[in-house]
Amino acid sequence: MKPAPFEYHVPDSLEQALDLMSQYADEAKILAGGQSLVPAMNFRVVQPSMLIDLNRVSELSLIREEGEAIRIGAMARERHLEFDSSIAKHIPLLTEATPFIAHPQIRNRGTIGGSIVNADPAAELPVLMLTLDARLKAQNISGERWIDAHDFFAGMFTTALAPDEILVEIELPYMPPHTGWSFMEVAPRTGDYALMGVAALVTLDENGKCKKAKLVYLNAGDGPVDAKESAKLLEGETLNDALIESAAAMASQKEINPFGNVHTSIDFQRHLANVLTKKALKQAMQRAEENQQ
Amino acid sequence: MTQSFPVTITVNEKEYKRDVEPRLLLSDFLRHELGLTGTHVGCEHGVCGACTVLFDGESVRSCLIFAIQADAHSITTVEGLAKDKDNLHPIQQGFWEAHGLQCGYCTPGILMTLVPFLKENPNPTEDEIRHAISGNLCRCTGYQHIVDAVKLAAEKMR
Repeated sequence: MKPAPFEYHVPDSLEQALDLMSQYADEAKILAGGQSLVPAMNFRVVQPSMLIDLNRVSELSLIREEGEAIRIGAMARERHLEFDSSIAKHIPLLTEATPFIAHPQIRNRGTIGGSIVNADPAAELPVLMLTLDARLKAQNISGERWIDAHDFFAGMFTTALAPDEILVEIELPYMPPHTGWSFMEVAPRTGDYALMGVAALVTLDENGKCKKAKLVYLNAGDGPVDAKESAKLLEGETLNDALIESAAAMASQKEINPFGNVHTSIDFQRHLANVLTKKALKQAMQRAEENQQ
Repeated sequence: MTQSFPVTITVNEKEYKRDVEPRLLLSDFLRHELGLTGTHVGCEHGVCGACTVLFDGESVRSCLIFAIQADAHSITTVEGLAKDKDNLHPIQQGFWEAHGLQCGYCTPGILMTLVPFLKENPNPTEDEIRHAISGNLCRCTGYQHIVDAVKLAAEKMR
């Protein structure tokens, strides 16, 4: 239960960190909040020969508004997302979902960038990145590029980042007007990994019809699962119980691909997805209607 | 043995200078280097909460931080709560009076979780208390007496 030895670097600027990554990309692992990496190192499941610790790169933890979006530094702590007033105002889904991540003691250290790059299919933040159409800024020593969240997650614990790239910033557009949201999950105990979870968004047009819908699931496949076809069933329609029922049935039976685990069968995960989808869509719809008045 | 690096860490308002290997966990630093064995080590992967300490005033798992990361930071452990054995912190006093512990293994972590919680929320409901301690496992009490102890402590602190 003790980590294997490693070489340790602690840059105090992004420039230094990128320089280190250009030299040591093959052997180094980035240490962000450490709330997934350090347990894995304690178990010696992973034994990186070098850690590059970003905790002293203060420029990476800013949260700011820019244009019609919020930009969040990759090292912003989950606990800061939870209490940030501009996030609460413009992206209430993120404020509502963040407390589902583990416990306050974990969120005090865990970072948005760390959770995204870890790409755990059972984690909340990757799901939220797809739901909110995030753009992710990756940087290496020779430059930067923006990656659409929909192109970022490449499978179980795998992302589109090149070995020498660091995720530095996340851009989240404001939620559009007349949008309702919901985040729901079922976990065996508070703070545990959820057996199933869903983030839902519903945007209404001026006639009260559904203009845009989103349904994204956690622990439902080898990454965050965007149930696009089910969401499409709702678009252009006046939402009612029958439609919500069909979308939930389609998402839970056709679009997600849960694996089951020691706590749950695949059938139970599909059942949960069905029930959670209906509840989440109803809550999102109700909030969208309230937002319209 | 890999190379060691000098660190200066303030623990319970006292400054300590030591040389540490980067892989040394903060929990082991506190216990083995400083002899502060009040911080307990349970699961060592962030689940049980027994090793909870305050890092610059915020509750964290000391088994998921390397001691070297605490360089120039300030740590508070359970030893930092009471002035002396006759002057317990109100949260400790609440646990004493309401029988908030049996074996005591989880207690330091729970106390350190509660310090910032009761500061932010001096008048918590039972639900909020149960939620606040959900990241700390206790296998003895069934939590009922812990909840009672937190209510009593909150009263004392108001």
